[in-house]
Amino acid sequence: MSAKPSPPPAAGRAGMRKELPEHFKAYRHVWVFVEYEHGAIHPVSLELLGEGRKLADKLGVELAGILIGGTREALLAAAGECFEHGADSAYLVADKVLEHYRNQPYTKALTDLVNTYKPEILLLGATTLGRDLAGSVATTLATGLTADCTELAIDEERSLAATRPTFGGSLLCTIHTLNFRPQMATVRPRVMAMPKREAGRTGQIVEHPLNMAEEEIVTKVVRFLADRDSNKAQLAYADIVVAGGLGLRSAENFQLVKDLARVLGAEYGGSRPLVQKGWITADRQIGQTGKTIRPKLYIAAGISGAIQHRVGVEGADMILAINTDAGAPILDFAHLAIVADALEVLPALTRAFSRRLSVNRLAG
Amino acid sequence: MHIVVCIKQVPDSAQIRVHPVTNTIMRQGVPTIINPYDLFALEEALRLCDRLGGEVTVLTMGPPMAEDSLRKALTFGAERGVLLTDRFFAGSDTLATSYALSCAIKKIGEAWGPVSVVFAGKQTIDGDTAQVGPGIATRLQLNQLTYVAKINEIDEEAGTVEVERRAEGGVQVLSTRLPVLVTMLEGCNEMRRGSLTHALRAASADITVWNAEAAGVPDVGSCGLRGSPTVVKRVFAPTPRAEKAEEIGRAGMSHEELAEAAIDELFARHPTIEADLRDFAATSQEEWR
Ligand SMILES: Cc1cc2nc3c(=O)[nH]c(=O)nc-3n(C[C@H](O)[C@H](O)[C@H](O)COP(=O)(O)OP(=O)(O)OC[C@H]3O[C@@H](n4cnc5c(N)ncnc54)[C@H](O)[C@@H]3O)c2cc1C
Repeated sequence: MSAKPSPPPAAGRAGMRKELPEHFKAYRHVWVFVEYEHGAIHPVSLELLGEGRKLADKLGVELAGILIGGTREALLAAAGECFEHGADSAYLVADKVLEHYRNQPYTKALTDLVNTYKPEILLLGATTLGRDLAGSVATTLATGLTADCTELAIDEERSLAATRPTFGGSLLCTIHTLNFRPQMATVRPRVMAMPKREAGRTGQIVEHPLNMAEEEIVTKVVRFLADRDSNKAQLAYADIVVAGGLGLRSAENFQLVKDLARVLGAEYGGSRPLVQKGWITADRQIGQTGKTIRPKLYIAAGISGAIQHRVGVEGADMILAINTDAGAPILDFAHLAIVADALEVLPALTRAFSRRLSVNRLAG
Repeated sequence: MHIVVCIKQVPDSAQIRVHPVTNTIMRQGVPTIINPYDLFALEEALRLCDRLGGEVTVLTMGPPMAEDSLRKALTFGAERGVLLTDRFFAGSDTLATSYALSCAIKKIGEAWGPVSVVFAGKQTIDGDTAQVGPGIATRLQLNQLTYVAKINEIDEEAGTVEVERRAEGGVQVLSTRLPVLVTMLEGCNEMRRGSLTHALRAASADITVWNAEAAGVPDVGSCGLRGSPTVVKRVFAPTPRAEKAEEIGRAGMSHEELAEAAIDELFARHPTIEADLRDFAATSQEEWR
């Protein structure tokens, strides 16, 4: 079996004690675990660098990107991208056993780095990789981890205040890791804004060895089957999203949403009940238990705007709601509303947009 | 094969209301259910036993009334239920929860035979952290398989297992050695109906109830509030947005007119959307040629 160090037991009423234990006072700087797979950085990591930059500035410390992967050259290139997105330094662990994500060697790489360089804050994307890794790392380090945060701040006592929805989004709670370091948090893709890229910005690179042989790693990657439908990944990053809810009344009517999306070059999605009814697939669900989106334009047809839906779309620049009920909660946070039957308005919008866009093309 | 499935009893959050003045959860009278994500894990465990033989032990940590969720699990065909309940466990965060559960799993292995697979749901609907599974794996040094969509093969004699795991941008096919911790992806199977025989047995079954001592927890200081590094400092309701949506159009407008008015307003407020759309329309029409 793998030789993971078992976490030391927490002593006393540790979580509630006021003063940070002496040995944690040396912990400094903000780290972002940068997810690098299949030759690219996951956008959520760049979003976290943007957010990490703000926290580091508030604390007056440095921001570092943590890169773990199979080839040194690739990680060096990725480090450059981290610098251009706000990192002051990058810690690299390059080893061919790290080519594909596996929990055991990645946990070792990250915990070794933390134990050696002692960051006060460690942020990860709440992706399937980030969540798999964060839970193991936090347990091994015996520190606190707050999942799926929607807001990060630093309080008067230099403590990370991590706010997240709880009880299905009906409430928010702010969580602190007072007496342990690092303070760990995960954030879902698109919850934080993408920082502006500063071309030519550079930083310092620190390389660290893994010291683990393939024979020590129990789990093997047999194959990787890339998704054929690349749309799955694109919904979260689309500039325009058209979505439907139960107000559309039938699976057939959902075609009206797809038609409008096609004319706009948009992605489409829906509320959770549509997934439960099988009108759309689960990867198209928008909201707290689905995708968080941050498009320039979000068109929501026949969606009431329940809090669990709302938290997934609030980052949109412009929300246009189509709803027969002028009292629907979605009108409380949409910017524009058409109070009418979506089954009529959707095709009218599809026609109107096609007219405008083709006329503009001829005129232009 | 001996399989442990960790489940959690949660309030049916579709029915949770927040007190408008005190901002506290009004739990009174809210029915409880087995965390929906855990049912995929339970079903998968039962299927493995159907196929390969063996038994399922369901484990939960919670207040005494969490016994109901174990009984419910027995109606689907689980062999036994273990309830971990003690005042020392109250207020546990994910680190403390995974500590208590891993102690109990060790004890379950001693009592009813070595455990080959520990299942957990992908996440819970109330805490929604997805961290307890990895926490258990780390503590018990089980090979960790999260977001599993399919178990391709499991060979108890050879001690091997192959699964398909949902990863970013694709599916990872992983092979590893038993014992493992598996968290199941939602929608990967459908929970069976409970049978009458199982229901009758569940109604009268003895649920094993363990406190910290009985579960062999060596250090109660690592449990509950004391063993939890995270502290909830504030709970509050989301702030409503100040302005309401501007309603487009006037009474008596046709749908066509409403659509035109909406586009006018949209382009006026957000000119880059118009520019983007024109670019898109131009390139897509070129492609058609
Ligand atoms: C733990 C938990 C997690 C959840 N996660 C999510 C999530 O991630 N995403 C999500 O979306 N939901 C989620 N939900 C569900 C959420 O609470 C709501 O039930 C759901 O969003 C409602 O979907 P809806 O708006 O499509 O349907 P409804 O609430 O039924 O609303 C339908 C709307 O359509 C309008 N309408 C009716 N007819 C027409 C018409 N002809 N034209 C125009 N409008 C019409 C109605 O006025 C109404 O506003 C979650 C719930 C829980 C408990």
